Amino acid sequence: MKMRVGVVCPYSWDVPGGVQQHVGDLAEALIAMGHHVSVLAPVGDPEHPTPSYLVSAGRPVPVPYNGSVARIRFGPRASAHVRRWLAEGDFDVLHVHEPAAPSLSLLACWSTDGPIVATFHTSNPRSRAMSATSTALRSALEKINARIAVSEAARRTLVEHVGGDAVLIPNGVSVRRFTRARPLPGWPGEGGSIGFLGRLDEPRKGLGVLIEAFTHLAPHRPGLRLLLAGPGRPDLSGVPDDLRERVVSLGRLDDDDKVRAYHSSDVFCAPNLGGESFGIVLTEAMAAGAAIVASDIPAFDAVLAGGAAGELFRVADPHHLAERAAVLLDDPDRRAELSRAARATVRAYDWDTVAADIAHVYETVLLGARHRPVPQG
Amino acid sequence: MGTVVAVLLVLALIGFYLSWRATRLDRLHHRVETARAALDVALLRRAAAVLDLAASGHLGTEASVGLREAANRVRRADAPHRELAESALSATLRETLGTRTALTTGRESQEVRVAARGVHLARVFHNDAVGDTRRARRSRLVRLLRLAGTAALPDFFEMDDQAPEAAHPRPTPRGSTVERASGDKHLSGQRSRNGPD
Repeated sequence: MKMRVGVVCPYSWDVPGGVQQHVGDLAEALIAMGHHVSVLAPVGDPEHPTPSYLVSAGRPVPVPYNGSVARIRFGPRASAHVRRWLAEGDFDVLHVHEPAAPSLSLLACWSTDGPIVATFHTSNPRSRAMSATSTALRSALEKINARIAVSEAARRTLVEHVGGDAVLIPNGVSVRRFTRARPLPGWPGEGGSIGFLGRLDEPRKGLGVLIEAFTHLAPHRPGLRLLLAGPGRPDLSGVPDDLRERVVSLGRLDDDDKVRAYHSSDVFCAPNLGGESFGIVLTEAMAAGAAIVASDIPAFDAVLAGGAAGELFRVADPHHLAERAAVLLDDPDRRAELSRAARATVRAYDWDTVAADIAHVYETVLLGARHRPVPQG
Repeated sequence: MGTVVAVLLVLALIGFYLSWRATRLDRLHHRVETARAALDVALLRRAAAVLDLAASGHLGTEASVGLREAANRVRRADAPHRELAESALSATLRETLGTRTALTTGRESQEVRVAARGVHLARVFHNDAVGDTRRARRSRLVRLLRLAGTAALPDFFEMDDQAPEAAHPRPTPRGSTVERASGDKHLSGQRSRNGPD
């Protein structure tokens, strides 16, 4: 069954982020399956190249949300934009993302009478914006026919702050895109290396924990280097001067170099402190067959199958991280074993699998709309 | 004069508010109805897919007969026994598809897996709608003014809908079966492995 799907992304399309990436990959996978897809999102930079399925809802405004800055769009003019897009799209099903924040997604919920599917990404127990105590918010959320959570942690956040339940459909990863790549020139190097990918200046990404672990390891391992890739300026104040040159920050990488970065270290580290609902970075590293050491936050524990597809260390514990990383650096066989396990485990997260499951949700919702006993006006 | 206008205005606002509340409630009942229709279709599809699998000849005689009987019991079960019969079918499916992996990779078994997933999706959406509706009907205003009218209080559909083991076992959903927040009824609530820690 071919469907017309309208997808709403609340965050600015020209800023990289997990939700934006999820929406883009989902749209592409659904289009490849033969469905018609239109994505509505704010776009801050009109010069930014956008895919053909994207419809801009205008310029977003920055709002602090969930420990980061979210660039969103809200208000009467945005609302008119949403209604126009809905009328022109004539969608079978509307799929909104992260509708609990004041956003385009929420406006879309208010403006439609058709079937709504919503995906919840956030897992943050303190996220006050999630709390649906206000009547206005509840009146929008109770219209949603099907809720999807991208992780057990996101689902629990939803259950506790909004109420109700959701089915679990994890984020997808384009496994093919990451499978093979040449390492970046000069990496991983003779003395071994540990890799990190993500924002370098966002505390909850946990880079500080990794840097401290590195200062424990580096003095005993003369050639060991740290590979950092991502936007922002890392805080290296805790690194002694003689180790500074072994911490290599490559800045933000383009898509091809990002894939190569996953193939450029002996051990890949995801030291996140929390607030992470799923960990796209982790699944990308798994698709690249990296030997992973990650913090044991619930989302990572689940993705790494409880440690079978990557080593887990106690969150925010640099000594434990150093210990785990040292074992991996010294044992190529164990690394190869983890690499194989990671590649096998990540197949369940391939976008082809995930998008088919999401299309199944759309069909289930439409099934009820078609078979309902008394159609109402 | 001014007082009269003010009173009329207030009455009109109250009227608007109440009609908005009633509309919301009506929409919730409607959501339950459509979700229930989807669940019924999903359950029928699963039973049909199971009968196809039983007739396919891919399984041994004993397994085929077991599946056919479980599927037929589901079709014959009347309302009060449906949840049990559907749960029994889930259990039978797990026994059959969970163990004989070499024999169960055919098209028919794959269709049963997809149909079983459909039952899980439809049931979560249905129970979610029921939960929202029951919560809305607990409101004092709704009860006092009988805004729900004559609509019956919707019931949860409780059954074991755990998937028959997938061909590629998924690492994630440990304890992914329904764990509802509302305390209306708590039959199938499995604690998540990660727990609320």
